[in-house]
Amino acid sequence: MSDEKSFRKFLPWLLWIVGLTVVYFLLRAVFQPYAGGISINGRIIVERLSEIGLFLGAILAGMAAIEIYFYQIFFRQPRHRRAAIWTRIIQGILGLIALQMVVAFFDLTDLFRLPKGAVKNFFLLPSSLFASVKNLFVQIGLGADGSSLISGLILILVLGLLFWLIQRWSVPRHSRLGLAYLLVLPALIGVLFLIIYPFLFEIKLAFSNASLGTQATKNASYGLSYGWENLKTLFTGNVAKDAKFFEVFWRTILWTVINVTFHVTGGMILALLLNRPMKLRGLYRTLLVFPWAIPTTIAAMALRNEFDLRYGFFNIMLTNIQSTFQALSAKTASLVLLGPTFSWLAENIGPVSWKQDPFWAFISILITNIWLGIPFMAVIILGGLQSISHEYYEAAEIDGATSGQMFRHITLPLLRPVLTPAIVLGVIWTFNKFDVIYLITQGGPQEKTDILVSSMYKAAFQFYRYGFTAMFALVIFLILLAFTIIYLRVSGGLKAATE
Amino acid sequence: MSKNPLVRFFRWFFFRARGDSPFKRLLIHFVLIVACIIAVYPVLRVVTISLRPNDTLLTTSLRIIPENATLDNYRKVLFGDPANYRQSDFFLWVWNSFSIVMVTSIISVILAAVSAYAFSRFRFPGRSAGLIFLFTTQMIPAGMLLLPLFIMLARLKMINTSLGLIIAYSVSAVPLTIWTLKGYYDTIPVDLEEAALIDGASRMTVFTRIILPLSSPALAIAFLFSFMGGWSEYLVARVVLQKNELFTWPLGIFTFAQQFTVSWGQFAAASVLIAIPVMALFLYSSKWLISGLTLGSVKG
Repeated sequence: MSDEKSFRKFLPWLLWIVGLTVVYFLLRAVFQPYAGGISINGRIIVERLSEIGLFLGAILAGMAAIEIYFYQIFFRQPRHRRAAIWTRIIQGILGLIALQMVVAFFDLTDLFRLPKGAVKNFFLLPSSLFASVKNLFVQIGLGADGSSLISGLILILVLGLLFWLIQRWSVPRHSRLGLAYLLVLPALIGVLFLIIYPFLFEIKLAFSNASLGTQATKNASYGLSYGWENLKTLFTGNVAKDAKFFEVFWRTILWTVINVTFHVTGGMILALLLNRPMKLRGLYRTLLVFPWAIPTTIAAMALRNEFDLRYGFFNIMLTNIQSTFQALSAKTASLVLLGPTFSWLAENIGPVSWKQDPFWAFISILITNIWLGIPFMAVIILGGLQSISHEYYEAAEIDGATSGQMFRHITLPLLRPVLTPAIVLGVIWTFNKFDVIYLITQGGPQEKTDILVSSMYKAAFQFYRYGFTAMFALVIFLILLAFTIIYLRVSGGLKAATE
Repeated sequence: MSKNPLVRFFRWFFFRARGDSPFKRLLIHFVLIVACIIAVYPVLRVVTISLRPNDTLLTTSLRIIPENATLDNYRKVLFGDPANYRQSDFFLWVWNSFSIVMVTSIISVILAAVSAYAFSRFRFPGRSAGLIFLFTTQMIPAGMLLLPLFIMLARLKMINTSLGLIIAYSVSAVPLTIWTLKGYYDTIPVDLEEAALIDGASRMTVFTRIILPLSSPALAIAFLFSFMGGWSEYLVARVVLQKNELFTWPLGIFTFAQQFTVSWGQFAAASVLIAIPVMALFLYSSKWLISGLTLGSVKG
């Protein structure tokens, strides 16, 4: 372990050196930008910081308002009857305003469209009120930013006053689970806003004919018949350009199974080898997580170069091997068995066109993704192995168990709580992981290396078939959901973790 | 026991009575060294390409340090390339990525840390449903939410702003972070909190004074994870950002590959410059990384 320690002692220094160098270059670039064009400068930094600061401030203020609102509902009790009436009236109005704003947001982002007239005006009331207050300040002569800032501050003041009044009219009260809901609330709002809402939107899109021609959702029409049409196209027509659904589907299954199998076995082997006191252990562990530590984008691009026809590592190696076999077969041509074997090898092993041949293109993305994924599994499994007590193995050794038996009857069962979620997540992530494919082959040649998700990305952002893409995504989600439910039923998976 | 020293040596070498035999240990070291070479070699190749002078970029040589190694590519990436009228955007990209990813990681870790505590310590109605729901969100394909988010951001006029990307990133990491942090909180004994509660501390005090300090390694891991996730993200950024001025570095370094002449040397140099600090941070924290990842699940 000593070399590991010295390595760790040395690393903070390295970090400092790298950090200071970066700061030095950053300062230099800020104060002496290369003439012309865009380079980083003080203006950009200040603009970005103020933009982010305002954004964070707005989010914080909104969250705080919601938290205080629910805090007063859970933990405060009005002092007397009159206070109770006023409190409920204020809280009711605030709740109504929040509802109006949410509905207005849905309307703005096209989840549904409010009928024009009284209904729409009612729901748009808070935002139009805010806009008119803002307009007032614009007319006085403040800029757009300044007036929205000031009207925002006024809003905060009014809210603060109302909350203060409710606070004065009430006494504390005990609530057992109130705090739990208050703690969950911020994440809940975030998830509702950024996962549930888009998900609902996706379902709606799936039953539409939205595309570039309809300007996304602007002129799109909705209806069950469109959904049926999308579904029919999905299973019988082309998913991206030429490829058919089931062809891509089976390739996705193959992609997932091969990747996860290699990840788990490779990770298991490395973890078992590392899980013992030995020299250089820390160094090995550090070097082995390299593929995980390097940013995926860089790794994928680096490996894309290695699959080059002439200058990539793989073909250079294959050419070298071929020429070695050629030399060997020339030398052993007279021998009975050896000569033909070598000449056969020299004929059949050689450089491969990784980019043009669909089979080898698929192999190339598999190699890359397997290389990228093994360290993660190894680290997870190693952590699991380290938590298994040595006493089990000692007892088994006394009873005369072989190492194979120990692995099967001690290691595997005790690793299950670690392995089950790791495998489920591994399958889901691999099924959905297409950045490697996108960066290395772009699904080519002729979409022969596309998996479902990369076809979907293409359908959305290259062919702009929005409604169709939404239905496609829904089908992929259902496939994964079915897999997970079946797997967890069979392996009795997540029960322990949710209890 | 045989008298012959050679036989005794063989017996010791292959079948030592206790522990691993020297042969087995040699074999293990051999396998691990091969695995390490496989893990590290592609990374080294990137360094090699970045060191190559421009006239020998395409070569079949497999040397780690190329002939006539030069730092020219690094100079061009950092300070621009006056000969080709190209100024250096490198620090701009890094700043864009850094500012966006910092904010998203802070938001997601705060959201997750707070709600994971509720999931770990309170038995409220909707708790297990919520946990299972959070797990289910992992099944939503990345591209699936991208489309509605894209349309939503477009309607809010947030395409081509860094705020749009911040919004798109910040929640995607939350569900899994909640799971990991909840697992970590579960391993902290409840007795600690109960003692503090009896002494008159409020639940919030317990959370900020006891739980948060104790779980700082897990929080660091959660932060690192969401940071790494956003740091090298390419596909979402490509859809949301189209202006050069806003490019994050994954978009930026691809401009090296998409010019009229593909400059692999500069691409590789930029990659190395970006990867070094991130990898150093990652490797430095890998020890806690392992404990943080598994503590949650081992308990099971």
